[in-house]
Amino acid sequence: MNIVIINYGAGNIQSIKFAIQRLGYEAILSHDIEEIRNAHKVIFPGVGEASSAMKKLRNSQLDRLIPDLKQPVLGICLGMQLMCNFSEEGNTKGLGIFDTSVVKFSNAVKVPQIGWNQISNLKSGIFKEVAENEHIYLVHSFYAPLCTATIAESEYDVTYSAALQKDNFYGTQFHPEKSSAVGAKILKNFLKL
Amino acid sequence: MLAKRIIPCLDIKDGRTVKGVNFVDLRDAGDPVELAEIYSKEGADELVFLDISATEQKRKTLAELVYHVAEKVNIPFTVGGGISSVEDVDILLQNGADKVSINSSAVKNPQLINDLVAKFGSQCIVVAIDAKQINGEWIVHLIGGKVPTERKLFEWAKEVEQRGAGEILFTSMDHDGTKNGFANEALARLSKELNIPIIASGGAGNMQHFADTFTTGKADAALAASVFHFKEIGIQDLKENLQENGIPVRL
Repeated sequence: MNIVIINYGAGNIQSIKFAIQRLGYEAILSHDIEEIRNAHKVIFPGVGEASSAMKKLRNSQLDRLIPDLKQPVLGICLGMQLMCNFSEEGNTKGLGIFDTSVVKFSNAVKVPQIGWNQISNLKSGIFKEVAENEHIYLVHSFYAPLCTATIAESEYDVTYSAALQKDNFYGTQFHPEKSSAVGAKILKNFLKL
Repeated sequence: MLAKRIIPCLDIKDGRTVKGVNFVDLRDAGDPVELAEIYSKEGADELVFLDISATEQKRKTLAELVYHVAEKVNIPFTVGGGISSVEDVDILLQNGADKVSINSSAVKNPQLINDLVAKFGSQCIVVAIDAKQINGEWIVHLIGGKVPTERKLFEWAKEVEQRGAGEILFTSMDHDGTKNGFANEALARLSKELNIPIIASGGAGNMQHFADTFTTGKADAALAASVFHFKEIGIQDLKENLQENGIPVRL
């Protein structure tokens, strides 16, 4: 299987590569349009600030490629957020795959949320054999509210989308590559789609 | 619900794990990669690697160690010790570190926090603060607690937050190595005055100390070394104990 992790200069992609390796697969890092288009699975990572990450995508024309992809695509953390319509962070227009905006947590809670929170109301094949209320690892200041694409919920300040799905596009706010055995299972489920 | 985190700290010198009482008098406690794997399997929520010799010896990176840890371990980890530039951080993150912690370099050049946050984002920048009380005032110290600065803990912590750090790792040099519990009063004040997560460090001796730092100290995470390295407290036992005390943990 041909797995590509999109390498556009935003994110801790080494740990995603290692996580895939631990599952017995190899992933390549690439920003090449053809290589990404021909992959069986595409992982779209991202950490950092939304507007500068979006700028990097535009500079390499990945902003036009990603919404057109037909194979399963998994956005992680900022990757997921950039797949939404819009982010309050840097007033950033996103890729418009998930029909929702990304907003900031209020000051009623510590921001960023850092650590292990629970996921519930699991609704997708990527959560096959994952129990309700398992803990996953997140680090984020912005979140996608609940919407029609929500396939997992979590609670911090509000109940928000821990994962989204529309057609072949998946997104997790959490880091499956850093979420211990639960994360590994979710990543494996995605690779087996 | 967001769980309180238990973080074993692996102090590194010459590629080996060490833990000093009050940061002197080092004892060898094993191979860092192997220890990291064990802790991860035992239920540690996160790991911190601190090159405690780095600040004095100006050792730049733990890149190779970071790479090997990232290869094996499926929980997040932070790397610190002697990090003083954007390039240092870039190398560590590229090799698979999730977060870096800076300490002395931030005190000497606070703008470094802003620069790192602008390039890598708040989420991966931890500022470690070592402090001890002098005449009733918490004073920030450098070089593993040896050198006092002009800075006061709470003012510095607020500045660190304003400059964009994602998290603060606060070590009380008065409590570190004593096994008499964490500096809960100062920790609670940090949590009250700041709106970023606070990691408590220094003073863990028994399970009750962890429970206290999460309740009285309002800490978001608790870090310890020797009680874990020398198996005085098992992480799984600790978390079960905390859960019985009504503290949310990941089991």
